Amino acid sequence: MIRVGIVGGSGYTGGELLRLLLGHPEVEVTQATSESNIGKFYYQVHPHLRGRTQGRFIGRDALQECDVLILAQPHGEAQKNIHRYAALAQKIVDLSADFRLQDAATYREAYGHDHAAPEWLGKFVYGLPELYREQLRGANYASGVGCNATASNLALWALVKAGMVTPNQPIIVDAKVGSSEAGREPTDSSHHPARSGIVRPFALTGHRHEYEVRQTLANCGDFDVRLSITSVELIRGVSAAVHLTLQPGMADKDFWGPYRAAWNGQPFVRVVHEKSGLHRHPEPKLLAGTNYADVGWEYDPHSGRTVLLCAIDNLGKGAAGSAVQSMNLMCGFEETAGLTFGGIYP
Amino acid sequence: MSAPSCPECGAEILIPANAMAHELLPCPDCGTELEIISLNPVTLDRAPEVEEDWGE
Repeated sequence: MIRVGIVGGSGYTGGELLRLLLGHPEVEVTQATSESNIGKFYYQVHPHLRGRTQGRFIGRDALQECDVLILAQPHGEAQKNIHRYAALAQKIVDLSADFRLQDAATYREAYGHDHAAPEWLGKFVYGLPELYREQLRGANYASGVGCNATASNLALWALVKAGMVTPNQPIIVDAKVGSSEAGREPTDSSHHPARSGIVRPFALTGHRHEYEVRQTLANCGDFDVRLSITSVELIRGVSAAVHLTLQPGMADKDFWGPYRAAWNGQPFVRVVHEKSGLHRHPEPKLLAGTNYADVGWEYDPHSGRTVLLCAIDNLGKGAAGSAVQSMNLMCGFEETAGLTFGGIYP
Repeated sequence: MSAPSCPECGAEILIPANAMAHELLPCPDCGTELEIISLNPVTLDRAPEVEEDWGE
């Protein structure tokens, strides 16, 4: 068993990390911090954890040494304190956006300010195991992933890897997202009368996750990926539809080959492209609480117009699930350990 | 002899030992309903579909 600490345990991703790690066969959660809930049992903040642990939140100042620290704080916190955290644990997974981008200039462009610890950017592996598995094995530092970036990357990856997507075209990701993406802190926009029932476009251009997607796909070309995000009546979930144009005249078999090449053998990516029934395409509803990403496509052979699809749970594959999967690889555990929940239906 | 493949997506289709001609079976990858047209040699084709609006 390894000792794992969570910094920032009271948010939604912190709660998801606790839920996953309390069921992990190789992990003992030895500490979790919450500055606003010091002394409270975990289940008093995350009620679904009642009966699973008697752990209580501590303050950051009380953190002890452990084997792995998982940071689930607001963006900007990890980069300010990374030296201290690195002195407490040999391995760190940071779920925030602080160490996702490899280049300080790109970080400044994306986030509008200088990085507080630019010398650390190159030490972190981007924590998307489906694309960085070998780099994550045995690594000491991994970033988290942006949830919308993850849905975009996984939607695009099979065909980008196969060389079927020409770089010189606009690639538009239309992502429908749930309310938990906005985090635990209530705001005017998340107030129930204002949020319930909405289809609210809120980031149609200039989303920061675009930088993560371009960085991830950069080895295959310079892809002009643009995100448009719309909040919908979901709590958990991202449904990404990536619009682009391929050569006309292809058949479904021309897609199945690259999808099989990319995803066969990957434990958490499933190809969903059914010819009949209700669930022909990926749907986030089926993925709540899981670490799965479902991917698929729709293609018009007359025009070449193509829509690549990916659905995930933003708190699962889009955050805590990928973080635990990365930790498993970093620590030499079975990659699927603690992540085998298969979802519920209906 | 190689296993027959789905005419829709190319997936390998395992034919049950006691299969009969004109039996229907779904492709495990794309879900297409397939019909065993003949057994010797095994020939598969897409089964006729009833058009549906799949809930919309």
